[in-house]
Amino acid sequence: MRSLLLEHDLLWQAFSTTLMLAAVSGAIALVVGTVVAGLRVSPYLPLRTVATLYTEFLRNTPLTIVFFFYVFVTPSMGFTLEYKAAAIIALSSYTSAFVAEAVRSGINSVGVGQAEAARSLGMSFGQNLAIVVLPQAFRTAIPPLINVLIALVKNTSVAGAFSVLELFAMSRRLTNVHSGDVLGILAGVALCYLIICIPLGRLAAGIERKVAFAR
Amino acid sequence: MTTSRRLLLTGGAGLAAAIALAACGGSSSDEPAVAEDATFADGSTMKKLADAGKITIGTKFDQPLFGQAGPDGTPAGFDVEIGTLIAAALGIEKKSIEWVETVSANREPFIENGKVDLVVATYTINDTRKEVVDFAGPYYVAGQALMVTKDNEDITGEDTLEGKKVASVEGSTPAQYMTDNHPEAELSTFDTYSNCVTALTNGQVDAVTTDNVILAGFVAANKEELKLVGDGATFTEEPYGIGLKKGDDDFRTFVNDTLQAAYDDGSWAKAWEETAGAVLPTPDPPEIDRY
Repeated sequence: MRSLLLEHDLLWQAFSTTLMLAAVSGAIALVVGTVVAGLRVSPYLPLRTVATLYTEFLRNTPLTIVFFFYVFVTPSMGFTLEYKAAAIIALSSYTSAFVAEAVRSGINSVGVGQAEAARSLGMSFGQNLAIVVLPQAFRTAIPPLINVLIALVKNTSVAGAFSVLELFAMSRRLTNVHSGDVLGILAGVALCYLIICIPLGRLAAGIERKVAFAR
Repeated sequence: MTTSRRLLLTGGAGLAAAIALAACGGSSSDEPAVAEDATFADGSTMKKLADAGKITIGTKFDQPLFGQAGPDGTPAGFDVEIGTLIAAALGIEKKSIEWVETVSANREPFIENGKVDLVVATYTINDTRKEVVDFAGPYYVAGQALMVTKDNEDITGEDTLEGKKVASVEGSTPAQYMTDNHPEAELSTFDTYSNCVTALTNGQVDAVTTDNVILAGFVAANKEELKLVGDGATFTEEPYGIGLKKGDDDFRTFVNDTLQAAYDDGSWAKAWEETAGAVLPTPDPPEIDRY
């Protein structure tokens, strides 16, 4: 711990990088994931197929391999991403698959009658989804979505292995310099993750209470 | 109530013995002579280990030429040979050594907790580490060097890195050296050296820097694409020592004496030639630092 206080500039830089990776990737993943979930329940088979392939492929691939693809494989295909950009793309595409599944389970929880009623009023599929189904789906999907986001916060540590100086990479750097304080450094880093994740969990509980409704 | 007699797992034990024998037969190099009449003072670490007839040594499992685990999980390399030499001086056979993988971050905790008796793991001696563990040796002095692609003529040494992208492993001493001494170079850090090399062959970085011995392993594996800058010229000194529990001075003296004996009778040079000597020239043994 002592060495973390000593290197507080580096700690702050790493902490804010972790936070930035989680926030930006989380925002992108929520948007992309919701769109993918919408496609999965769309009436057109090709769209459903594309969305299913996307979800199943990313959900079942190790995150390290997704990273490896964006950091090391894309350059040989002709375009090189900056390391932070590659990290954000890798994290958000990976997480979006889990978001899509959480949202889809939310959509499935909305009674069929809701969608049928909307359709009988002449709403298009898009209107139906955006105005009637998704607002109800999100209420159910909030706890699993927060789980996905908490997992994302911890997954950002993989970026440390791909040239992004976040908390995990910082801990590796510091344990080399202050090798007598390895346990203290790791405990400090764990604490940093708790500082981000525990409020997220509380937030989830709060929102859940607020939007709860009787079926 | 009837009790059924259980068959002891003699079959399993026999299988394990056969695997151990096969592993021994697999290594063609003759092992160092095991000291059979070694006697040690009561209460010393040497006595304890010699009586137990086994020793636990930490080494790297992913370091070509020094400590690299084969498919069967037993490591091989120069560090492993050095560990075997010390075990032999304690009267412990090679097959009674338990090898434990140590990585840079867990070497000190493993020594402090007694999870390992010795660490021989490309372990650089330095003052911060000496605060928590003691070092015998050095038994080899490595140094930081640069590796580039074969067609690179711009980088000729550490003073030609202005604006260049250099890769190394996060949390390693060479990476620290770059941030401290060459802020003009752009450092990219990865988790493994093989990822650094991928970045180099991809053209995402201009050079990879770390200890010469590590780079030599990669050049040896890919001579068509990679080369060492200045034929492997080093610009730092990384004395590799043998880590042991702090304050165990008798044991440290014993390990130092064993190393000195290995220098004198040629077994140190033989260990080098059989492992790292495949790529690197045989150096003179470094002077042992009996601090």
